[in-house]
Amino acid sequence: MNIDSIKNGIVIDHIQAKRGMEIYEALNLKELDCSVAIITNAKSKKMGRKDIIKIDKAIDINMDVIGYIDPDVTINIVENDVLVKKYHAQLPEKIVNIAKCKNPRCITSVEKELDQIFILKDKDRKLYRCKYCEMSLKK
Amino acid sequence: MRNLIDIVDLSVEEINELIKVAKDIIQNKEKYSHKCDGKKLATLFFEPSTRTRLSFEAAMMELGGNVIGFSEASSSSTAKGESVADTIRTVGCYSDIIAMRHPKEGAPLVASEKSVVPIINAGDGGHHHPTQTLTDLLTIHCEKGRLENLTIGLCGDLKFGRTVHSLITAMARYQNIKFVLISPKELEIPEYVKKEILEKNNIPYVETNDMEEYMNELDILYMTRVQKERFFNEEDYLRLKDYYILNKEKLEKAKEDLCIMHPLPRVNEISVEVDDDKRACYFKQVEYGKYIRMALILKLLEVK
Repeated sequence: MNIDSIKNGIVIDHIQAKRGMEIYEALNLKELDCSVAIITNAKSKKMGRKDIIKIDKAIDINMDVIGYIDPDVTINIVENDVLVKKYHAQLPEKIVNIAKCKNPRCITSVEKELDQIFILKDKDRKLYRCKYCEMSLKK
Repeated sequence: MRNLIDIVDLSVEEINELIKVAKDIIQNKEKYSHKCDGKKLATLFFEPSTRTRLSFEAAMMELGGNVIGFSEASSSSTAKGESVADTIRTVGCYSDIIAMRHPKEGAPLVASEKSVVPIINAGDGGHHHPTQTLTDLLTIHCEKGRLENLTIGLCGDLKFGRTVHSLITAMARYQNIKFVLISPKELEIPEYVKKEILEKNNIPYVETNDMEEYMNELDILYMTRVQKERFFNEEDYLRLKDYYILNKEKLEKAKEDLCIMHPLPRVNEISVEVDDDKRACYFKQVEYGKYIRMALILKLLEVK
């Protein structure tokens, strides 16, 4: 299957197979007015199978969102058909308004104007806790 | 400016200093009776509490200061829909320090981010209650003469009991501490406390549902109440509320110098016949609570 290469834009590569849609939705890419391709289950030497997202426009993307969903992703910036920058996503130290605390006793459950902030407490276990009530975040 | 939201906001050195000051207050009350002249403590209790609020108020009064505040959310602007942040900004204009209790977890942290005066967390839901922990540490220090080399039994509601979680967190920083965790299956200590505090710090512990099994080994027995307000299901509460009742018979194998503690209020978990036992320290614990809060107020107000 062929998807055209992009001239100016972003390629989000090495997404764990079947998680491409999750990233698409978390980044709210459906709101873009450019072409966006999601390739799922593409063959990969490194991963066996992977997902890829191609965005046909240079946009600002929230690296924390990508790093939180899948920290092994690579983000390639393409300008004039040339790969100019390559970033490796990382598990962010803090995520803001990406996930919601589910603890009904948390102050964020009643004060809606508060940001939903989670702090990375254990990198190995990818464990985040709510900044306010410290409840662990379950994906 | 310092706040106290979680017991770990204080270093071991700072806790030791607070204990030292509290003990000096006990010995020299007159010396401290005008330390806070002209200062005001606001006690903002969005959830009812007798002991903690009165303890803070008595502490400030014994330091020569004054007290303002409210004792339930319905008598504050919260009832009109005001946010914690707005309440704190307002009260900060009237007071020098704020002690706050709130049913929602994390509310005092929100308050501390907006406040211009020090915030003391006087309990946020089932989360933290650092001044109870300071009270417990002062009690242990006064009654046992040390905070190291202790076997501590924690009995009752270890799942929702915030005092228990905070005490484990605080004691995990001292040398040669062992815990005996006594609870029914449904109210066992949460996994994260075991993994992130006990196991992470190599603190030895055993779990049992038999109150008497390790009684002869304990230096401290910390009883807790099964709290109705932490249950969503009345049936579970009724089934578990009287699971443990400490009485003279159960204390037969206990050490002569055991220290029996309870954050109070007690319901049925300690029989009144134990009150006259010299090992019962829970009413002394209440008094120690006032002195450690006095020491804390002095520290946060930076009064020498």
